[in-house]
Amino acid sequence: MLSNFTNKLTGLLLTLSLFSSPAKADWFALNMTEGATAISEEVFNLHMLIFWICVAIGVVVFSVMFYSMFAHTKKKNPVAATFHESTKVEIAWTVIPFLILIAMAVPASKTLTKMYDDTAGDVNIQVTGFQWKWQYRYLEDGVSFFSNLSTDMDEIYNLVPKGENYLQEVDEAVVIPVGKKVRFLITANDVIHSWWVPAFAIKQDAIPGFVNTAWTKVDKTGVYRGKCTELCGKNHGFMPIVVKVVEQDEYDLWVSDKKEAAFKLAELTEKEWTTAELVERGESVYATNCVACHQTNGQGITGIFPALAGSDIVLNNKPRNIEILMEGVQGAAMNSFDYLSEVELASVITYTRQSWGNAEKGDGEIVSPKDIVDYKKPKI
Amino acid sequence: MNNKGKTSVKFLGMTVIAMFFFSFALVPLYNVFCEVTGINGKVFQSENSQEFMAEEGRDVAVQFISSNNERMPWIFQPSNEVMGVVTGKYYNATFYVKNTTNKVMTAQAVPSIAPSNAAAHLKKLECFCFEQQELAPGEEALLPVKFLISNELPKQIKNVILSYTIFDITDYNQENLAHLEMQVEKY
Amino acid sequence: MSAVIENHHDDHHHGPAKGLTRWLYTTNHKDIGTLYLWFSFAMFLIGGAMAMIIRAELFQPGMQIVEPEFYNQMITLHGLIMIFGGVMPAFVGLANWLVPMMIGAPDMALPRMNNLSFWILPFAFFILLSSLFMEGGAPNFGWTFYAPLSTTYAPPSVTFFIFSVHIMGASSIMGAINVIVTIMNMRAPGMDLMKMPLFVWSWLITAYLLIAVMPVLAGAVTMMLMDIHFGTSFFNAAGGGDPVLFQHIFWFFGHPEVYIMILPAFGIVSHIIETFSRKQLFGYSSMVWAMLSIAILSFVVWAHHMFTVGMPLAAELFFMWATMLIAVPTGVKVFNWIATMFRGSITFETPMLFACAFVVLFTLGGFSGLMLAITPADFQYHDTYFVVAHFHYVLVPGAIFSIMAAVYYWIPKWSGNMYDERLGKLHFWLSFIGVNVTFFPQHFIGLAGMPRRYPDYALQFADWNMVSTVGAFLFGISQVFFLFIVIKTVMGGKKATDQVWEGARGLEWTVASPAPYHTFGTPPKVD
Repeated sequence: MLSNFTNKLTGLLLTLSLFSSPAKADWFALNMTEGATAISEEVFNLHMLIFWICVAIGVVVFSVMFYSMFAHTKKKNPVAATFHESTKVEIAWTVIPFLILIAMAVPASKTLTKMYDDTAGDVNIQVTGFQWKWQYRYLEDGVSFFSNLSTDMDEIYNLVPKGENYLQEVDEAVVIPVGKKVRFLITANDVIHSWWVPAFAIKQDAIPGFVNTAWTKVDKTGVYRGKCTELCGKNHGFMPIVVKVVEQDEYDLWVSDKKEAAFKLAELTEKEWTTAELVERGESVYATNCVACHQTNGQGITGIFPALAGSDIVLNNKPRNIEILMEGVQGAAMNSFDYLSEVELASVITYTRQSWGNAEKGDGEIVSPKDIVDYKKPKI
Repeated sequence: MNNKGKTSVKFLGMTVIAMFFFSFALVPLYNVFCEVTGINGKVFQSENSQEFMAEEGRDVAVQFISSNNERMPWIFQPSNEVMGVVTGKYYNATFYVKNTTNKVMTAQAVPSIAPSNAAAHLKKLECFCFEQQELAPGEEALLPVKFLISNELPKQIKNVILSYTIFDITDYNQENLAHLEMQVEKY
Repeated sequence: MSAVIENHHDDHHHGPAKGLTRWLYTTNHKDIGTLYLWFSFAMFLIGGAMAMIIRAELFQPGMQIVEPEFYNQMITLHGLIMIFGGVMPAFVGLANWLVPMMIGAPDMALPRMNNLSFWILPFAFFILLSSLFMEGGAPNFGWTFYAPLSTTYAPPSVTFFIFSVHIMGASSIMGAINVIVTIMNMRAPGMDLMKMPLFVWSWLITAYLLIAVMPVLAGAVTMMLMDIHFGTSFFNAAGGGDPVLFQHIFWFFGHPEVYIMILPAFGIVSHIIETFSRKQLFGYSSMVWAMLSIAILSFVVWAHHMFTVGMPLAAELFFMWATMLIAVPTGVKVFNWIATMFRGSITFETPMLFACAFVVLFTLGGFSGLMLAITPADFQYHDTYFVVAHFHYVLVPGAIFSIMAAVYYWIPKWSGNMYDERLGKLHFWLSFIGVNVTFFPQHFIGLAGMPRRYPDYALQFADWNMVSTVGAFLFGISQVFFLFIVIKTVMGGKKATDQVWEGARGLEWTVASPAPYHTFGTPPKVD
């Protein structure tokens, strides 16, 4: 019995070890980053200063202690000394640490004051934390998008090897120009989240109903990755941040591309779509938004997330199908997805109605972006 | 137990009860502290419209932001996203709001100011955030804010952000929350 | 320290009642101390099992063992159980056993309330643990339960969580009242305040902290209850409230709470170092003043847990400076312990091993605490594994090691039997290695950028997470070994003398081992 269990355990451990220590694991990931801004470098230097002071104090204090542990054992020092107080010494080791603290507090206060410089930015971005993604709105240009984790569920559940940027990649990164002051206005849609980009030394809580500010001026182009740092529910660990810092002209191009894309999306909402086009578009929307619960095969998880394959609503009830996507389901985990564009909503619903044999079994009706627009119109 | 002991127990018991009520006292204390210091971006209604007006002021840009909490389904956006103002003068701004659903809904707008040390210097005479806003299905409105930025605003602040988040409070117990009837400029 | 001239053993008292009802109805401080200690050990193992689940999931990147929803329940319960079920009841158990004997009192001032204080605890934890089986699962919002995650977005079990916290709070408050009244009113004649043993001082101060802040926690959870069920808006911006208010109220309790969890440890360590150095504790009055300063300062630093919440510059600077200041009295204590050892006549029995490890490793935790106090740097540490490393260093090789040290030190007095010294040392070394292998790498992964409360992580954190998990399992198994050692000792062993330890001072060492059921029926004379 025991050997059978041991065999199984060994097998399990060996199997797990197949997925262990992938290429990007790092024994040298030991310290804070110096980052890419003047402030982040100052913070790093402050961190190292305090660290070395602590090391020095530790070395001094512990060497006295370890010396004593070796030299003053009962064997080596059979008769203990009797001194047990000294006001002079107490004063000394109160005042000296106090002075060391002041030496630390001065540069710390200076750096903090610099971080609180709240004048305007060249670019102002409203950052909103959602369960479980970030939304970015560029105030000057009206560009607005969601940023979702783009790592595949299959990687998370160990079905395929993990990519280099496992859990650190998103479908749409924030893009900002290098060398310009960028201000972030941080809030949340539901619970408290927190927006952290280590390379900028920015971390501010995203609190529903309130706006916090942070600013940065990045010295080097590059891709910088951050994380949500306030427990916000089940996917707290799965809503990363990616910021691409680019040259000014590339930034301008990106902004105009996004504006054009928004314009095109409005056009797309108007146009006539074929079923094939909707299904193709819908498949990628499904992969980003639905797969976590309803699974790639549309089977859901028995007892927890309903199957879409063969679902009565998906097969036969187009109005209710749309309503669920727009309103969510009361008392269940299914949230409203009305923040998706009409095109995305129409395509993903059509995808579910056309996949996994549903097209043959059900009424086969597709949903067009215009149907979604109609749903949103006030009904009097 | 001797008398000294009994007194100790009574005293400690009363301290416990006092600290429990102290925690509740922290609620209004917090609000007062925020109002007096302007901390946390909280904004309160001004009483006197003359008090902070001034002849000469400096230029400040005010940026308006809107947010819908929990993706509540109204359209909510500032009529103007940026307004150039001069300190010491009152200005009127509006936010456009529309109930796009087929139900009567009530919303509460919550303001927040950034940077937080500007909040003490933003005086509001009138604000749609002071009352609940009820809209019938399909109804639209322009909600007013009448505000002034006082000359006391620290010199280095040149840009103030006034953010509003609207919350859907249709289901809340209406009596527990604010106040009077709607004051809304109907559009 | 006090010296004892003579003592009178009790004579005519009956022994303990027979049967299981003895434990249900007892008003004897020794019995109640035993109940608290066994209860806390059980909770320590349960909380430890949850830690094993957490570390097992974090052994490798990817989700292998639990789902993120359940993981959040594990981290929440692990924190709540260790703090409210492990550390705090253990210290109350030690207070019950030791304080009356150390001051020459026959029992606690309020023996029946003492019984009640204990017995509501198993109920509270039964309620909390049963929430795992409720619909929606156990609380999943972290032991710090910030609103609105813990109000609007909480599972239905949150109401039971609140009820459970109220009961735990009531238990602590009643225990604290008992401790203060006992110490202030029942000391033997001649035992002035500045002659009290340091463990007694540490508990006197801790008890005042408990009286001051446990009601504030009760207020916070009551406000939560009202927001969830009675339509109020304390923490809901829509109704005019503020989620940040929750944090202020919580941490006003929360910060003194962490000193509640360490001050008794300071007391224990002072006793043990003095005994095994065979030298009077250095700087008695400084040690008292240091504990008082720490306690008072603990009230004005709470917002250092909230540096990223958006407070204005002036507030952040104040809290940074005040927090840094706590390093001064804490340093004074460390220096005094070392000065006690210096030119003493030291032996390294198991209690002394744990106490020395405490001094070194708690100080390491103190250093990371000082780093965290530096606000601009804290923006990079906050809510990362650097914080997790810090508080586990001060709590595990800090508070928990002091509790283990206390058990080894005083169990001969409680049970009449010596523990097996070789096994004790083995337990120490396994725990020492385990605790460092588990928590030291967490500094690295925190600095490198891994946030806390994450069930999964990016690949650069994999190596040190794996190491940390191995350490955790080593530490976990060592505690099962500790259970074995304790049971073995209680069941039998070399008989202990009254004095037990050559350098031990204090009234508790003047009574027999095991201590008679009733001691100091007549107060001893203290000079």
